[in-house]
Amino acid sequence: MITLEHVSFRYPSGLLALNNINLNIQGGDFVAIMGENGAGKTTLAKQMNGLLKPSQGRVLVDDQDTKKVSVAQLARKVGLVFQNPDHLLFSETVKDEVAFGLKNFGYQPEVIEKQVERTLEALGLTEYKDTSPFLLSGGERKRVALASILASEPDYLILDEPTIGQDYLQKERLRNFILQLYSQGKAVVMITHDVEFVAESNPKVILLSKGEIVATGPADSVLSKDEMVSRVSLVKPQMSRLFGTLSKYGLPRDVVDVHRARILLEEKLSEAKATVP
Amino acid sequence: MSQASREIIAARNLGFKYTGAKKPAIQEIDLSIREREFILLTGPSGCGKTSLCRCLNGLIPNFYQGEWTGELIVGGLDVTTQPTSELSREVGYVFQNPENQLFALSVEKDIAFGPENLGLTREEIRARVDEAMNITSTRSLKDLAPYELSGGQQQRVALAGVLAMKPNIIVLDEPTSFLDPHTAEDVMQAADDLRKELGLTIVVVEHRLDLVARYAERIVVMDAGRIVADGNLEQVLDEKFDTLEALGVGVPRVSLLWSMLRTDGLVKGKVPTHVEDAASALSSLMTD
Repeated sequence: MITLEHVSFRYPSGLLALNNINLNIQGGDFVAIMGENGAGKTTLAKQMNGLLKPSQGRVLVDDQDTKKVSVAQLARKVGLVFQNPDHLLFSETVKDEVAFGLKNFGYQPEVIEKQVERTLEALGLTEYKDTSPFLLSGGERKRVALASILASEPDYLILDEPTIGQDYLQKERLRNFILQLYSQGKAVVMITHDVEFVAESNPKVILLSKGEIVATGPADSVLSKDEMVSRVSLVKPQMSRLFGTLSKYGLPRDVVDVHRARILLEEKLSEAKATVP
Repeated sequence: MSQASREIIAARNLGFKYTGAKKPAIQEIDLSIREREFILLTGPSGCGKTSLCRCLNGLIPNFYQGEWTGELIVGGLDVTTQPTSELSREVGYVFQNPENQLFALSVEKDIAFGPENLGLTREEIRARVDEAMNITSTRSLKDLAPYELSGGQQQRVALAGVLAMKPNIIVLDEPTSFLDPHTAEDVMQAADDLRKELGLTIVVVEHRLDLVARYAERIVVMDAGRIVADGNLEQVLDEKFDTLEALGVGVPRVSLLWSMLRTDGLVKGKVPTHVEDAASALSSLMTD
């Protein structure tokens, strides 16, 4: 479990980026942290893997205080995939890039090879295994960065804006991969602005604004509340906007994903058809 | 779009293969863009969108090595023979990743960098930097270093730097990716205002159609280096919905919902692009 107890963080410039955050993340959790630009989302993520230490309060990763263990030790447990893939990539081939972390952790070559193959396959990168990461598109590089962290199977996975530059099919693939991870008992924390992705994945949502947690709950209830959503500079998912209008016909307001919308409208429209003489 | 507007981008049988790559990044591209158009360029990850944009401002073939075929004229200039310094007056490029674009010690210096290199007077540089900061709401950041900014702030500064060059064409490569939806909307609105007020031509690369649908009249869809659809956005969305979905284009969710209900035989007619259109069409079916 990752536990944040009364965590506040002030940058050397004096900016209070996090203010009294209390949070638990455990295996099997799927959490989306959302908030306006500059809300403190990335700062919060960096607290979880020890890259930043709290100014006040403490962060425990499996009962170990992040102030007392090295970032390298924490890296085995907590994998953080940065927003910008270029911060992470440096190897000559995609394969080497993904193997790098595993080599550092001292795995056997056979294990590394198998694990690299499996991860590349899962993220649709197999065809690029001998290509230089820098010849790939932005979206592809992003997936290589993700693969390099995923390969060592950390218990806690933190993804900073994982859907940037990804087309819809890649997002589907990512969604399935995340689903697989948390159903295996791993924790997945995703920082994102992508309301539509969140709407269709239905994680637990934590809304962060100006360094404070302002709302927590299931995606469909948090993302269909006008006041909350606009407070953190988000826009409601399209389905939620649509059902806001349709609620006067007795349809629920808290609809955020297209599949639930379809079922509800199928019922409603079949009903309407049946009553028309 | 007025009939009289001039063709500003013309590609004929354009192709490019990076040195060391197995397949061409783009091939057989025929594209004609007229002044004041607002174009959405989209397609699956790795389809060649960014490569096509790199051709527009001459990064290809001037900085990227490879095999070039065909012809590309931008603002009357042949891209293969013009230096990029000339092309940069014509085409402003906001990169996917703003960090790759910012390097000066302060935001203000970064925005001024382009105009300074044009050999303008101090007053003109001052005026351009001021205007660019106003449009992009970056004035409050002017003394900060680019690395102190959040991803979203960096993106706005990168846009300001491009605006200060007063180009005729602005290419925005996934400009909203690091932005929260409200800020993303502001950037799109700013681009559209520039188009209307200054007559600029805007090309936006974006996966999420819902963000751009309000502004772009025309959509160009690429797959495997080729253009596979090109036309009025609403029309392409309606007629080629299944193709777009299969390619992984992020069609607006209301369009997807409508297409599903249409398959079920519960609704008829054109796929809506906006929530408001879908809401009124569905409301009319529920008159109780």
